[in-house]
Amino acid sequence: MPLTAPEGPVIEFHDVSYRVASTDVLCGLNLGVQRGETLVLLGRSGSGKTTTLKLTNRLLSPTAGEVRVNGVPNSDADVIRLRRSIGYVIQDVGLFPHFTVERNIGLVPKIEGWPEERTRARVRELLQMVGLAAEMSTRYPHQLSGGQRQRVGVARALAADPAVLLMDEPFGALDPLTRDELQREFLSLQQRLHKTVIFVTHDLREALLLGSRIALMEAGRLVTVLAPPDFLRSTDPWASAYVSAFANGLQSVTERGTS
Amino acid sequence: MNVFQFILQNRSEVLELTLEHLWLVGFSTLLAMLVGIPLGIAIAHRPRLNKPVLASANIIQTIPSLALFGFLLPVPWLGERADRLAILALTLYALLPMIRNTYTGIRGVDPAVVEAGRGMGLTDRQVLFHVELPLALSVILSGVRVAVVISVGLATIAAAIGAGGLGEFIFRGLAMVDNRVILAGAIPAAVLALLADLSVGWLERRLRPR
Repeated sequence: MPLTAPEGPVIEFHDVSYRVASTDVLCGLNLGVQRGETLVLLGRSGSGKTTTLKLTNRLLSPTAGEVRVNGVPNSDADVIRLRRSIGYVIQDVGLFPHFTVERNIGLVPKIEGWPEERTRARVRELLQMVGLAAEMSTRYPHQLSGGQRQRVGVARALAADPAVLLMDEPFGALDPLTRDELQREFLSLQQRLHKTVIFVTHDLREALLLGSRIALMEAGRLVTVLAPPDFLRSTDPWASAYVSAFANGLQSVTERGTS
Repeated sequence: MNVFQFILQNRSEVLELTLEHLWLVGFSTLLAMLVGIPLGIAIAHRPRLNKPVLASANIIQTIPSLALFGFLLPVPWLGERADRLAILALTLYALLPMIRNTYTGIRGVDPAVVEAGRGMGLTDRQVLFHVELPLALSVILSGVRVAVVISVGLATIAAAIGAGGLGEFIFRGLAMVDNRVILAGAIPAAVLALLADLSVGWLERRLRPR
């Protein structure tokens, strides 16, 4: 366990910018993520959500400013240790197609040098945790449904018990029913595990359901950070634009039903 | 006396030349793998190198084989023994399919999978050995397959510089204007090429990621 400052934010962004070929993908981001919270980054595609996530585990390095995890600037951290202490779940899952479910989940423990028996026990525990039957462990990713693959992705990210979890639209490609199921399971899992989570989505409903706080992003800038109930009441033009688009969607469906 | 009787009668020489042929092809393929696969990996990771490397390998491929053997003949250490020279030439020809297929195979690995691996904290080495190479393996092996089949054919020309192999029969037959002697070299060479193709193909299917 890394030593941490008692009650500072676990992840901090200080004036972080990221530019590629003279376009600002991210501009002057200041944000702190508290221990045990689920911070949702909400925004359109191209708003800088995924970039923010990749700056956290240093898949990208900021062109200006500083990212700190547990008080340590990312630029000073050992990048491999840093990434192994952070779970990472992405939309296309990125499961290794040539590995069984068991090897996919157990890869980080294995290269961390865990004894084989401990890794196997951990895989069993994780499969149960994400609601998959133990006999799934010998399957290959292509033999699983989308929902099952995403569960394996979550299990894999949790394998070495990281305190921080980064999730990049993890449920984006699922059908609505499976998505709903996985969102609920995520909530109950999070109630038990209290990970520090950054969760990227463009879906307001998902943000309201899962987030402790919602950070709204637009064109590389952080617009506002609000708790879900405040988000619905917000007078900020971008936030209310999201809320009214969401409400209009429901409204027009109802109208179609009555006409 | 037909071709098969001729082969049967000279079976010890046919066998000897076949073994020589196998040695030329086998050793040069091994060398080409040792050079070509790491080169292919290097250019897959450093896009700036890919054009010059692939272009050089392409140019080598365009040199007529007889001319290449001739060019290499006066080179000091190489020219002393014909089989050294033949092996070097065959290695050079086998490089292109090795490099190109390794490059294509590694570039063809789903970027999301590589990114997931890096995000999980795999080192560059671990990404290469646990993810990229296993997933590119069948493409790399099909490059080996192409290289071996080309080499079996090209190695017959090595007899022109006295490196031995089944080409001996072919050149002797040409000089004697005797088709049976030509075929005594050509048939075993064709069989070798087929066997090599089948066995690497079998390996390729066995190792294909599911």
